[in-house]
Amino acid sequence: MQIYLPIAEVSVNAFLLLGLGGIVGILSGMFGVGGGFLMTPLLFFIGIPPAVAVATEANQIVASSFSGVLAHLKRKTVDLKMGTVLLVGGLVGSGLGIILFNYLKALGQVELLVQLCYVIFLGMIGTLMFFESLKAIRKSNKAGGSPAPTRRKHNWVHNLPFKMKFRVSGLYISVIPPLLVGVSVGVLAAIMGVGGGFIMVPAMIYLLGMPTKVVVGTSLFQIIFVTAFTTMLHATTNYTVDVVLAVLLLVGGVVGAQIGTRIGVRMKAEQLRIWLAIMVLAVCGKLAFDLLVTPTELYSLGAGGH
Amino acid sequence: MIRLAALLMLLALPAKAEEIVLGLSRDEVAITATFEGSEILIFGAIKRDAPAPDDEDLGVIVTVAGPDEPVTVRKKDRRLGIWVNTESVDVDVAPTFYAVATNRPLAEILTFTEDLNTRISTQRAIRSVGATIENAESFTRALIRIRAGQGLYQTLPTGVLVEEETLFRTLIPLPANLTEGDYKAEIYLTRGRQIVDLYTTVIPVKKVGLERWLYNLAHDNAFLYGLMSLSIAIAAGWGASAIFTVLRR
Repeated sequence: MQIYLPIAEVSVNAFLLLGLGGIVGILSGMFGVGGGFLMTPLLFFIGIPPAVAVATEANQIVASSFSGVLAHLKRKTVDLKMGTVLLVGGLVGSGLGIILFNYLKALGQVELLVQLCYVIFLGMIGTLMFFESLKAIRKSNKAGGSPAPTRRKHNWVHNLPFKMKFRVSGLYISVIPPLLVGVSVGVLAAIMGVGGGFIMVPAMIYLLGMPTKVVVGTSLFQIIFVTAFTTMLHATTNYTVDVVLAVLLLVGGVVGAQIGTRIGVRMKAEQLRIWLAIMVLAVCGKLAFDLLVTPTELYSLGAGGH
Repeated sequence: MIRLAALLMLLALPAKAEEIVLGLSRDEVAITATFEGSEILIFGAIKRDAPAPDDEDLGVIVTVAGPDEPVTVRKKDRRLGIWVNTESVDVDVAPTFYAVATNRPLAEILTFTEDLNTRISTQRAIRSVGATIENAESFTRALIRIRAGQGLYQTLPTGVLVEEETLFRTLIPLPANLTEGDYKAEIYLTRGRQIVDLYTTVIPVKKVGLERWLYNLAHDNAFLYGLMSLSIAIAAGWGASAIFTVLRR
């Protein structure tokens, strides 16, 4: 069934959108990533104008994250205190990110910057996570299947001032690292047009030392607010939020997120991480490939006027 | 007496030998939620006072043009191993939709100078005045190529069917990715590659119903629209969670 999107001004298949929403929703629930880094390029691919895709995707992430966070709240795997600290950083960061984004847009190379951002960050995070999880899996296999006891690592992060107790995460650390994580994720999220979960999840695990079980719910909690803020910014300044597109994506998305959360609970943390790593690397590889291979059409069209 | 004088005056005027009488299959195109593209049938007749001259060939050209918009055409080049947008050309005027249907290839029924003046062919319908770049021509060609691929620019060299040198009709397909606005339809009649008559009409293309309402809300009440989009998202997220909780019991 074809449906005409009033803001995007294109006609697309409704079932295709429902399906895309569903698949990305499952991944979102499983890994605690908003799924924007997958959905936004997919929307470009089916012919949605980039500006509309980015803005509408933010709105859809609100829905799938909200659905996912409810499931996690019931399981008490959300660190609300940590989430709030990350959120404060995130809002500051996305504000800064939008300023930076508009500055680069004026320079005319924003598209390249976004692509390079994707390739560099996805590549780095994917590789790190892949090898770390592989090591963890090997270790747990040697130990006869039982996971190794978590050791409290003491690094520079633990020597900073303004310490705070995060009971759910079982951490007593300074608020500075989570705030900085929030800010940098916010900046990147605004530039790349995504929720930023795929950066935040590894940062929470490796930088803050949060337990994997709490990471996903907390990340989703923070993403809801940052993407809601982004949606409002896009809706009021660029008029690029397509509510019809969003509804189709989120109907598939929320259902997928519920299924994904249930799959995620059944999987081992190391397995979950290695799959996320593979997915991140695959997207990175595709984007890098596009930058390196001679495109079939050298020319592209953009909205006119400077 | 007065009648005779009037008749004489009429005869003295250089009256048009041939004139277009036009009909359209529809007065407007409505974009609804299930819009999948459409088509317009443009048909008409050539009215003449005298029998059709048979020494020169008859040409019928039908153009349909969507609203004009400026476009930036960018070209990629390999820099440090990766493909980067380097040069760009700003096209000042480019119709969002442009179709040219003729009864025979355009060059056979229209002179180059006439095309230059009337801007009938797609290349002429696009204007880039400020292009200072070398080889700017290749950018406008790329624009035509890309839009033709999307069905937005069409050249239909035998799209117009002429019967008995009098009746003509053509079917212009409209793709689903249509931009709203007034679409200008122009019908040219040529003899010996010179234009002898022109008929212009406007076909409005507009969103209706829900599409119209949402579009207006998004632009006139952006804050409200944003809040509405967010509420839908939150409600859907909560709804799915609630349904799944019930299902698990």
